[in-house]
Amino acid sequence: MSRLYAKGRVLGFKRAKRNQRPDISLIQIEGVKTAADTDFYLGKRVAFVYRAKREVNGSKIRCIWGRITRAHGGSGAVKARFRNNLPAKSFGASVRVVWEIDFVYLQAWRYVHKG
Amino acid sequence: MVHKPRNSLLTAGVAKYSRSQVYAKRALYKRKPAGIVNAAPAAANKTVEVKGAKNGGSRVIAASKAPRFYAAEDVAVPKKHRKHAGTAKLRSTIVPGTVLILLAGRYRGKRVVFLKQLESGLLLVSGPFKVNGVPLKRVNQAYVIATSTKVDIDASKIDAQLNDAYFARPKATKKAATEEAFFEGEKKKEPLAENKVALQKSTDKVILEAINKVEHLRQYLSAKFSLSKGQAPHALKF
Repeated sequence: MSRLYAKGRVLGFKRAKRNQRPDISLIQIEGVKTAADTDFYLGKRVAFVYRAKREVNGSKIRCIWGRITRAHGGSGAVKARFRNNLPAKSFGASVRVVWEIDFVYLQAWRYVHKG
Repeated sequence: MVHKPRNSLLTAGVAKYSRSQVYAKRALYKRKPAGIVNAAPAAANKTVEVKGAKNGGSRVIAASKAPRFYAAEDVAVPKKHRKHAGTAKLRSTIVPGTVLILLAGRYRGKRVVFLKQLESGLLLVSGPFKVNGVPLKRVNQAYVIATSTKVDIDASKIDAQLNDAYFARPKATKKAATEEAFFEGEKKKEPLAENKVALQKSTDKVILEAINKVEHLRQYLSAKFSLSKGQAPHALKF
């Protein structure tokens, strides 16, 4: 089969010690160990894929889409915003960071629009 | 010949050079700026003879009819766009014959040969069809990875017929809106036109000749690209 996405794990919500902000989730992407490496993934779409009992539109598999917004810390973790907040059940679950746009092209685009 | 701008903005609404200074910079004192070319002269009003004793003899028909309908409130008219987006610049790594990996769409993951860039900026690409089932197709540069593998093809050999108009969708006939068509269900997909099949074959023939000369290249093109365990996209080199 053809895997065109990077695997990631949901670490939890953005949080301080005692308060959490569920609109932003923290994601750890496999193989990404430093904040410099995360540059490739910024802006990439992320999909949280999960199964449910009830069939919707002909499928029991559902998906929440989001985007990676910025790095989190210095060790390669990343913040992502989803269309709808991720359920807390997703902590530790896998997430797909989809590779749809070519990075070299995106870098050139970013350079032109840096302003 | 376009010169760099002769004026600049000091701040919003405040230009560095005044109107007369720019006039001098442009040397308009010794040039006549190209005037606006007048369009065809406006059609004149027509005078028509009318029969009947009490109808006044003649009627003047305006060249342009007044509209039948006026909006109740004034509608804002958007300003005219004078800027045009240019053709997307082709990456230097993409050259006729480059093997590309498609990242999105029906054929995602497929390795495909780049033929040429079309006027719209899209890339013309072919599997070749025999090798991996990808037909002659247009693809956007952004959704494609350029690999360093190149197939030795001559860009000038590609048929000139292959341009954006070739790929335009045929306009749907109005007949589909009738009731019978509605109950009939979706129309069966028509087979590809004869000339398109022939063009696919002839284009691919040239590419296949070049592919067969290189060892393993045909198998490479028929295999799909996939990430495997331990491979992180940001670290891969193509």
